[in-house]
Amino acid sequence: MLARLPARLRRALPVAVAVVVAVTGAVVWVAWPDSPAYTTEDATVTVRSGPNGDEPVDLDTTLYLPADADGPVPAVLMPHGFGGTKQSVAADAKDLAELGYAVLAYTARGFGRSGGQVHLDNPDYEVRDAQRLLDWLAARPEVSKDASNDPKVGVVGGSYGGALALLLAAQDQRVDAIVPMITWNDLSRSFLPQSTGSPEVDGVFKKGWAGYFFSGTQGGDPTCGRFAPDICQAYLGMATTGRATAEAVELLRRSSPAPVLDRIKAPTLLIQGEADSLFPLSEADANAKGIAAAGTPVRVAWFTGGHDGGTGPASDRDRVRFLTAQWLDHYVKGEGDAPSNSFTWSRVAGFNALDRGLVTNGFSVDEYPGLRGTDMREVKVAGPPQIIANPPGGNPAAISTVPGVGALGAAASVAGVAMDLPGQHTHFVSEPLAEAIDVAGAPTVSIRVASPTGEAVVFVKLYDVDPNGTETLPSGLIAPVRLTGLPATIDQAQPVTVTLPAIVRRVEAGHTLRVTVATSDQGYATPAEPNVYTVALGGGALTLPTIAGAEPIATTAALWRWVLAALLAAIALGLVVVVLIARRRHRRTDISVHEEYADTPLVVDHLRKEYADGFVAVSDVHFTVERGQVVGLLGPNGAGKTTTLRVLMGLTQPSGGEIFVFGHRLVPGSPVLSRLGALVEGPGFLPHLNGIDNLKAYWQATGRPLADAHFDEAVEIAGLGDSIHRKVRKYSHGMKQRLAIAQAMLGLPELLVLDEPTDGLDPPQIAEMRRVLKRYATDGRAVLVSSHLLAEVEQTCTHAVVVNKGEIVASGPVDEIVGDSPTVQFDVTDVDAAEAVLDGLAGVRSVAWDGNGGLVVDIDGSPRSEVVAELVRAGVGVNRVVPRRRLEDAFLALVGSETRGSGDR
Amino acid sequence: MTTTATAVDGAATGYRPGRTLTIRSEWRRQASRRRTQLALAFVVLLPLIILAAFQFGGTGDDDNGGGEFSSLVELATSGGLNFTLFTLFVSAGFLLTVVVALFCGDTIASEASWGSLRYLLAVPVPRARLLAVKLVVALAYSAVALLTLAGTALLIGTLRYGWDPLRSTVAADIPAGEGLLRLLGILGYLAIGLLVVAGLAFLLSVSTDAPLGAVGGAVLLFIVSSILDQITALGGLRNLLPTHYSDAWLGILSTPVQSDDIVKGTISAVAYATIFWSLAFWRFTRKDVVS
Repeated sequence: MLARLPARLRRALPVAVAVVVAVTGAVVWVAWPDSPAYTTEDATVTVRSGPNGDEPVDLDTTLYLPADADGPVPAVLMPHGFGGTKQSVAADAKDLAELGYAVLAYTARGFGRSGGQVHLDNPDYEVRDAQRLLDWLAARPEVSKDASNDPKVGVVGGSYGGALALLLAAQDQRVDAIVPMITWNDLSRSFLPQSTGSPEVDGVFKKGWAGYFFSGTQGGDPTCGRFAPDICQAYLGMATTGRATAEAVELLRRSSPAPVLDRIKAPTLLIQGEADSLFPLSEADANAKGIAAAGTPVRVAWFTGGHDGGTGPASDRDRVRFLTAQWLDHYVKGEGDAPSNSFTWSRVAGFNALDRGLVTNGFSVDEYPGLRGTDMREVKVAGPPQIIANPPGGNPAAISTVPGVGALGAAASVAGVAMDLPGQHTHFVSEPLAEAIDVAGAPTVSIRVASPTGEAVVFVKLYDVDPNGTETLPSGLIAPVRLTGLPATIDQAQPVTVTLPAIVRRVEAGHTLRVTVATSDQGYATPAEPNVYTVALGGGALTLPTIAGAEPIATTAALWRWVLAALLAAIALGLVVVVLIARRRHRRTDISVHEEYADTPLVVDHLRKEYADGFVAVSDVHFTVERGQVVGLLGPNGAGKTTTLRVLMGLTQPSGGEIFVFGHRLVPGSPVLSRLGALVEGPGFLPHLNGIDNLKAYWQATGRPLADAHFDEAVEIAGLGDSIHRKVRKYSHGMKQRLAIAQAMLGLPELLVLDEPTDGLDPPQIAEMRRVLKRYATDGRAVLVSSHLLAEVEQTCTHAVVVNKGEIVASGPVDEIVGDSPTVQFDVTDVDAAEAVLDGLAGVRSVAWDGNGGLVVDIDGSPRSEVVAELVRAGVGVNRVVPRRRLEDAFLALVGSETRGSGDR
Repeated sequence: MTTTATAVDGAATGYRPGRTLTIRSEWRRQASRRRTQLALAFVVLLPLIILAAFQFGGTGDDDNGGGEFSSLVELATSGGLNFTLFTLFVSAGFLLTVVVALFCGDTIASEASWGSLRYLLAVPVPRARLLAVKLVVALAYSAVALLTLAGTALLIGTLRYGWDPLRSTVAADIPAGEGLLRLLGILGYLAIGLLVVAGLAFLLSVSTDAPLGAVGGAVLLFIVSSILDQITALGGLRNLLPTHYSDAWLGILSTPVQSDDIVKGTISAVAYATIFWSLAFWRFTRKDVVS
């Protein structure tokens, strides 16, 4: 079946099949539905909680179960962030379900379809809800257990959910491991930050974020939404006065892990964001210290996202995901080695030039160094004391971050939207850095402030300023400070050490660092009364923590580099192998000389050429060209003459048979081809060059010495006169033909092969060409001329080879071929009598008048002498007996008179 | 005129396969062609046209739609380096593709269409050598075009706008000296990316006798690849497109240089070029030359 297909199709088949398979594969790959590796189960779980554990509340839950689990699997409880629902953690839940965990995602009370009010992770409410969910999980047969009513369970959550994880682990020892992310240690400090270490009740109210969250719950009371009344009242009080009460601080602290950290026994992986003005790195630091103090395993990781920065780039997400899975696998599932204690973090290296996302570099050290780093660099900042104004009502205000925009784009959180207002801030600037500093931790600076009211709220910021003056506020983080008991004049002011927010940033050499002290910020509540402060440096330098021994985390980038190196090596190796094979083949090439043919210019031995489409152009061609011969290759159009010459020039591969040139077997590219000059299938010249330049370009391509070319003789043969200096493009067909013959004769090759050489030449030129070719075949050279013009061959060639339908029908000296002709011309005295006599003879097949008083007689091999004798006997005078030496007759006799060429077979 | 053959392989005196069609003679064959001269003249002319446009063009207040393009337009006149960068940016997508496709796609196909290919093979120039020399010369001309474009732009840009740091919106200013190195890096990456076009055009060149078909085919497939790359629905498959990483050179402008996509783009380009060239050699050393 396959064999019957045309050869061309057969060869194209594998390619076609490969293309179809590739396209089909691609389509299937794109269109294939993702079969989930888990099943889900939605349920409304009613739990009883509250201070006495008797207040029912409905919780909207989804349980994700791995589809291919055999037997019970460990569980993960997934609370969500503030304002979210169980849907917010769906992607992470599916991810963990695929890793083989039963994941219970639920909507916390006060959100979504769950009932109840928001108590801000209150131990009596939200935390107790979660404890009841642990009971629920323990009752599920799909969940594996440590003991009765004690499921194997980890808690993974971010922000609001992260704090719940910490508080739950403190309150319920059934929790086996927790991964709190971007969450708080002390909620009162988060919303009432104070960078001098004073009590939170004096903190500066973070009104931007507080308002953002307060508006985050929908429905319920028009004022309080779904917030519990105590929380609502605390917020309203703070938001109205800008100051906190001790009760409010106490309330917020109830919702904080800080007081209960020593009760956490579940190994804790703390992941905190560097771009987080809500819960900065210091919160995770406090959690880590508190939990570690109780002897519980703690690991810390920082990534470039956060409440302002989002999830960070893919490299960060992958790292967080890996760390989480590793932590849960070991401490919950009981698989894998204990995670190392190393601390990993990443630093923004710049923007991705293509998609404008962040590019980060990951680093790792053996131990978590805390916010003070392992080393401290000091940078001198300087500037005179200055007077700055507090705007009435806190407006207009400087901008550092805008709560909630972090989700819109990571770029905004890094480039910053920072802006200071004139008259409301002052600078203290360093000299350009001599070398780059990799800051990782919380810098400190000392300032002095004087205020006529004895009180001041200022914001201290650290800018990285490049040599062009472009300033960047790393992650948009600032240090709010409320100072009380201040003197009215700066001379009496005492220095206060301000701990700036922890940052991860490389400050390049040549950049300057700038400490800015401002009186206002949109995100914070500042005193409403107008005031004027005097601000000066407190002495001492700006300290910048760094981490020694940071090892870059290998990324896939390194892998790709190896791939590239391997690819280049493979190509180089492949090239070497190909060259070696080619050399080997070349060495093994049969260069032996066929002794018998060593002095014969050309032996064509049973040549056969079948084209890819199955057409047999030459079926069996066999002839010899000896030195001194001018051989004509004669045949009708399509007889296979040109195909034979193509093989002879090494343009096509023969299907069978061989060609020897001076005894050397001829294959495409055989060096012996250099002893052969050819014109096949018309001239081929560079049209933009003139005749002589074309000849020179051709000779240059042979790489042979210029002296061997015999240009003058060739140019003379071409006979183009001055036209040789015209561009070939402008030549007539005949001129090109003559130039092509001249090119074939360059270097006076021992065998000259000319395909239809007189094509396009006029009669005098043809006559001249005849002389040239005859002369050329002297001195041991030989010429092979192919033609369909009989007269030309008859007059030019010493020998002829007649080809028809791909086969030789006659070969030998022209005389012989013509001599074989059985017709004879008789000039007789009496034509009629002669005709009568001849008609009567046995051997004579036909008799015809030739119109000049002669008869053309086909004597069919009878001896001419006998025919003459018969005529004389009959009294007919014979004037002349001429064998018909006309090649045309011979040709027609050999190939038959049908006009269809063999190409039409 | 006696027998001149002496070599054991039967070659004529002075004939050595390794001496046929030298790189120099092929270089001269191509240098005399009008299309070579025009292509090279155009890459000299283009920076001058752009410069003239900046000089005489009004400061139109229509925005350029944002993105890299508008930022590069705004920065183009801020110095010679930026002018060069802009010139490269506007040429990288199409002009350089066409020029490289022209040099690499035309080289064999035009000889086939003139009929001179069979005479070169009958010299005989070994087929692998013919291809190798033609490829090297075509790549050399492509490199000359690329360097000429950048060199002219740098020269006239520096004369007109001065020797200033390389500015971009993706990162801080780069001092002029280092900026020049970055520019060379961008040129290098562009050259690597163009290897795909060179490979494709060369493969088509040995497969057809029509020079226009080889050049046009390569450009066409390149455009199709660029279009497919815009269709985000193709997802990860786009990474396999030869043009997917064509803009990765922007990463060279950032500090530190972002090389991830450049490495991937290099892998992609080198792999494609190797495949195309291997196919070209495989095909040409076996095919029947019937043109």
